[in-house]
Amino acid sequence: MAAENTTGTTPGSTGAVDVGAARAALREVPNDPGAPKPDPILVGSGLVRRFGGLKAVDVGHIEIQRGVITALIGPNGAGKTTLFNLLTGFDEPDEGDWSFNGSSLRKVASYKVARMGMVRTFQLTKVLAKLTVIENMRLGATGQKGERFWSAVFPSIWRKQEDENTVRADALLDRFLLAKKREDFAGSLSGGQRKLLEMARALMVDPEMIMLDEPMAGVNPALKQSLLGHVKSLRDEGRTVLFVEHDMDMVRDISDWVIVMAQGSIVAEGTPDAVMADPRVIDAYLGAHHDTDLSELDEEKIEAEAMAELEGKDKP
Amino acid sequence: MDLFEILRAALSQALGPQAIVLALAAIGLNVHFGYTGLLNFGQAGFMSVAAYGLAVPIVIMDLPFVAGLVMALLMPVVLAVVLGFPTLRLRADYLAIATIATAEILRLVFGSVEMRDIFGGSNGLTGYARPFQDLNPYGSGIDLGIFALSRNDLWAATVGWILVALCSLLVWALMRSPWGRVLRSIREDEQAVRSLGKNVFAYKMQALVLGGVFGGLAGLFLALRQASVVPSDYGTNITFFAYTALLIGGAARVLGPVVGAIIFWFLLSGLGALFSQATSGANPLIPEVIMSNQQASLVRFILVGLALMLLMIFRPQGIFGDRREIAIDGR
Repeated sequence: MAAENTTGTTPGSTGAVDVGAARAALREVPNDPGAPKPDPILVGSGLVRRFGGLKAVDVGHIEIQRGVITALIGPNGAGKTTLFNLLTGFDEPDEGDWSFNGSSLRKVASYKVARMGMVRTFQLTKVLAKLTVIENMRLGATGQKGERFWSAVFPSIWRKQEDENTVRADALLDRFLLAKKREDFAGSLSGGQRKLLEMARALMVDPEMIMLDEPMAGVNPALKQSLLGHVKSLRDEGRTVLFVEHDMDMVRDISDWVIVMAQGSIVAEGTPDAVMADPRVIDAYLGAHHDTDLSELDEEKIEAEAMAELEGKDKP
Repeated sequence: MDLFEILRAALSQALGPQAIVLALAAIGLNVHFGYTGLLNFGQAGFMSVAAYGLAVPIVIMDLPFVAGLVMALLMPVVLAVVLGFPTLRLRADYLAIATIATAEILRLVFGSVEMRDIFGGSNGLTGYARPFQDLNPYGSGIDLGIFALSRNDLWAATVGWILVALCSLLVWALMRSPWGRVLRSIREDEQAVRSLGKNVFAYKMQALVLGGVFGGLAGLFLALRQASVVPSDYGTNITFFAYTALLIGGAARVLGPVVGAIIFWFLLSGLGALFSQATSGANPLIPEVIMSNQQASLVRFILVGLALMLLMIFRPQGIFGDRREIAIDGR
């Protein structure tokens, strides 16, 4: 693909998405759970996932607007990650249908979902510990000729493409400040660097939509700012972003739209300001002091982070 | 005590057909376990279907030698596909259970009285290897004093080591390619690989087939060299010897299984000769009270096991392995 594009890539298939227009269009959307969007990229309805007797996810209708950043928030156990798994094909719902760019994803294997342009990251980072950083990156490239058994034996078939992928990978590593770690085993990276690597690797797929499961969990504050910038830049180059997050500052700071889940269902959605003012959301999730100054919130913040970490450890 | 004799026994086994069988089987396991993380405990099964695939068409069905060779290469592929479809979607441990059970079932079926007309029962099948022996260009065996092979073994060893070299070359070419990178990534975390749009199941199946064919080559080679196929040759112990060789040499290294197999047979055969000498004769070095001559042939297995334990503790990556890149984590 475009090897000269030093910022990595722009999603090719849909052409340019006007971020401003997409955000403006969202202003007209009513702040109701399941509200239809003017230009949805992802639509799901009647999604139900049961674990034994428990309805982990029971979403009547959900639409994700193309070209903006949508945040998915909610207390622990609200079903955010389960919904993520359902939408990306890593888990199968008991009922319901959902589609990406108009094509149904029902019974579509997770790897095919990724090829269609919807790529996810994981709450617990999944870097390939015993591969080097650059090898992690190269793996992300799609349509590799050298990944076919018989062509693999003949480097002349895949060498050129491999070099192009490496140029793209190096550009992304530069952008995500991992260039110095290029030859290190991914297992030697810190938690935050792993988050960065996972995000960069997902970009190697050149996805139209990227789904980040708690991109900030376990990342130190210094790195958080740069991660925020990275997520924004994903949108600015025309990708759709959906992310799960507990860090309210991040949600307020970068999201264009917020969907709130509690007990498996969507209880509210809207622009960040509207949602944070919604009494139902405050009740369900934020607590009374959600908009007081940061310094006063330290204790709560630490607690929230501890909870997030605990949740991370509980889930596989 | 004749050190020369011990060395001669050890070297002749380490460079002879026995080590080749083990090396081929271990190369297959390296593809399965070392690179892809598939726990195949039934390599003996892949070996046996290839060996019987060679013998049955020639001996029972009167087909030409080439037909036997084709069947010997085809049967491991069939076995891998049949085993892989139900198990590769499940967790790794299920494959281990399924493969070890399958290998045992195959061995028992091949040796069963009911199927004697097809597989020859516990006596197995003979009389198919003539074309292979007729190709032997050597006039006599080789005896360099410290290393000796009979005429048949010399021919088998020549073919065998060429086979090992070709298999190693193929593994090297594949594992440095993007295809090999996908396999190694699956070993690390298959969900991550899936999330990047790779069909993990298809890759695991390809790996299972490739490693199974290498295992099949081991069985085929054993059958050609022995000129007989006997079910007892394909017990579970051969699988675990191959694992031992792989771990000694270093998993996920191209030459790991080859060097491992050579060292394995050098140790096993050298120790065997050593204890056999030390316990035989009128006035044995090790008195009868401590170890009898019959016990001597078994003590070597204990010592090889002990050596493997020490290796896992002090050098878990094997001889060639990169400590940072071992498939077995202490955790």
